[in-house]
Amino acid sequence: MSLDKATVAKIAHLARIKVPDDELEDLAGDLSRILSFVEQLNEVDTKDVAPMTSVAAQKLRRRKDEVTDGGYRDAVLSNGPETAEGFYVVPKVVE
Amino acid sequence: MSYIQGETGDWEIVIGLEVHAQVISNAKLFSGAATDFGSEPNSQVSFVDAAFPGMLPVINAFCVEQAVRTGLGLKAEINLQSVFDRKNYFYADLPQGYQISQFQQPIVGKGEIVLDLPDGSSRTVGVTRLHLEQDAGKSLHDQHPSKTYIDLNRSGVALMEIVSEPDMRTSEEAGAYVRKLRSILRYLGTCDGNMEEGSMRCDVNVSVRRPGEPFGTRCEIKNVNSIRFVMQAIEYEARRQIEILEEGGKIDQETRLWDTTKFVTRSMRSKEEAHDYRYFPDPDLLPLELEPEWVEDIKRTLPELPDDKKARFIQDFKLSPYDAGVLVAEKARADYFETVAKGRDPKMAANWVTGDLFGALNKSGKDIEESPVTAENLGGLIDLIADNTISGRIAKEVFEAMFETGEKAADIVEKKGLRQVTDTGAIESSIDAVMAANADKVAEFRSGKDKLFGFFVGQVMKATQGKANPALVNEILTAKLKG
Repeated sequence: MSLDKATVAKIAHLARIKVPDDELEDLAGDLSRILSFVEQLNEVDTKDVAPMTSVAAQKLRRRKDEVTDGGYRDAVLSNGPETAEGFYVVPKVVE
Repeated sequence: MSYIQGETGDWEIVIGLEVHAQVISNAKLFSGAATDFGSEPNSQVSFVDAAFPGMLPVINAFCVEQAVRTGLGLKAEINLQSVFDRKNYFYADLPQGYQISQFQQPIVGKGEIVLDLPDGSSRTVGVTRLHLEQDAGKSLHDQHPSKTYIDLNRSGVALMEIVSEPDMRTSEEAGAYVRKLRSILRYLGTCDGNMEEGSMRCDVNVSVRRPGEPFGTRCEIKNVNSIRFVMQAIEYEARRQIEILEEGGKIDQETRLWDTTKFVTRSMRSKEEAHDYRYFPDPDLLPLELEPEWVEDIKRTLPELPDDKKARFIQDFKLSPYDAGVLVAEKARADYFETVAKGRDPKMAANWVTGDLFGALNKSGKDIEESPVTAENLGGLIDLIADNTISGRIAKEVFEAMFETGEKAADIVEKKGLRQVTDTGAIESSIDAVMAANADKVAEFRSGKDKLFGFFVGQVMKATQGKANPALVNEILTAKLKG
C-alpha cells in the first residue's frame, strides 16, 4: 500500500501534527514502506484463528463500584497552562 | 399512516434515535472518582479521568451489570463477549484525545421498545444496540468573553448509548419512544432519566421520502435535551428537508443543532471532517467476557417492567389500556395506584388517581411523591363512598380539603358534618317540604312532565346540603311523586 501526499496531510491534520509541505513527500515514502513491511502479515492465513488480545492468558480485571479516587483538584489542575475558579481555561471553542 | 402534505404531494418522515443515558453508579466507568451531579468543578476527577500519562483504565463491574440489566429490560440479546475501542477526536473536554467506546462488538445487541401511543394503541420499535462508553467533561462557554472553562467531573462517567432502528414515522412516535425508554430505565434503576441535568440526552436522525420509496439522506440533530425539543426539532427539520427537495435541491448529510431560542435547526459546519474517528481496539483493555450464569442471575432480579405491569393492570383490574398506560408510565404512580386499589374497586381507584389526584397535582405543580394526599388516605376516602358514609359528590369536596390540609377523609367528614343522610325519615320529611313548596310543579309532573324529576332531586339535595343519599332520594321521591 502506498500513501500519497494528500493522505499524509490529512492524517497529520487528524493527529494535530503540523507538517510543512516540503516534508510530505518524504513522509509519504516512509509511511508507505512501514505499511508494506506490516502488510507481510497478510500472507499468513488467519481465517480460523481468534484474534489474540493479550500475550498472557488473563481476563479483564474488574473493580468494585466504590469511590476510591478523586478529590484532589489542585493536583489535577497543577499542570494546566491556565486555570481559574477551579476550572481549566482554554481558548474559546464554541459551535 | 400519517404523511406530511407538501406542495407536490405526500412525504413520510423517517426517524431514528440515539439516546445517551448516564449509568447510575457510585464511581466512574474506568476510575474510582465519584459521579455526583453538581459538585465543585474538577473535585471528582482522578488522574485517569484527566488522562495523565501512564494512567490505566480498570472497569467498574457494576456499570457492566447496569448495562446488562438495561439490555435485559429491552428484551435484547446480551453479547457474552464485547470489546472496547478508542474513538479518536480532539476537543478541550476530552483529555485523552479519544473516548473509550464500543464499536463493532457492543455489550448488547438487538432489542425492542413498545410505544404507548396517545390513542391507547401500541407499536413496537426496534433497538439496534446498546454499548458502554465514557462521558466527556463539560465545557462552559459563557464564563469569559474569549475563554472556555473546562470541568472534568463528568469525564469518564459511564454512559449507555442506546440506538434505535429507523422505525419511527412521526414526532409523536419519537416522543413516545423517549418517554417509554426513560420509564424503563427508571424502573430498572439504571439511569435517572433526568434530561434537564443532562443525564439523558438525545441525538435525532431525520430524513424524508415519498411513501414507499427507499430512505432519503438523513441529518443528525445533536444533543437535544427535552422530549418537547425532540418533537419540535423533528417537525422543523422534516419541513426544511421537504422544502429543499420540492425545489429540486438535495439534502447534504450533516450534523445539525436545535436552536432552543429561534426554534430552528442549524448546521454545525465545524464538524465537516470530524467524522473520521479511526476506531481501533483499546490496547489497555481486554475483551469484556460475561458468564451466562451471571447474566441469568441479573435476569432473575429484574423488577416488573411497565409493559408487564400494564398487561397485569388490564387483566386483573379490568382497566382500559389508556388508564393502565398512564398509571404505569411512572413507577411511583403505579405503586400509588396499587396501594389505593388494594381491597377496593379498582376502576374507582383508577378514576380517583388519574382524574382528581393527577388533576390536583398538575395544578399545583407537584410530583406524586409530594402528594399531600397519601395513597392510604385516598383509599380511606373511597371506603367512605363505598360504605355510603358520603356521596360521590361530597367526596369531591372532601378530596379538595384533603389535598389542602393533608388530613384524613374521615376526620374532614366528621369536622365538617358531611356524613351522608341515610335516615329515611329525614329524607322523607325533606321531600315532603319540597313538594309542599312546589305544589304547581308536582301537578305538572303528574300530568306527564317527567323532566321535572331532576328539579325535585336538585331541590332535595339543596335542602340537605348535598348530604342526602342520592339512591334513597331517587327511590323515595319516585314513590311519593307517583303516589
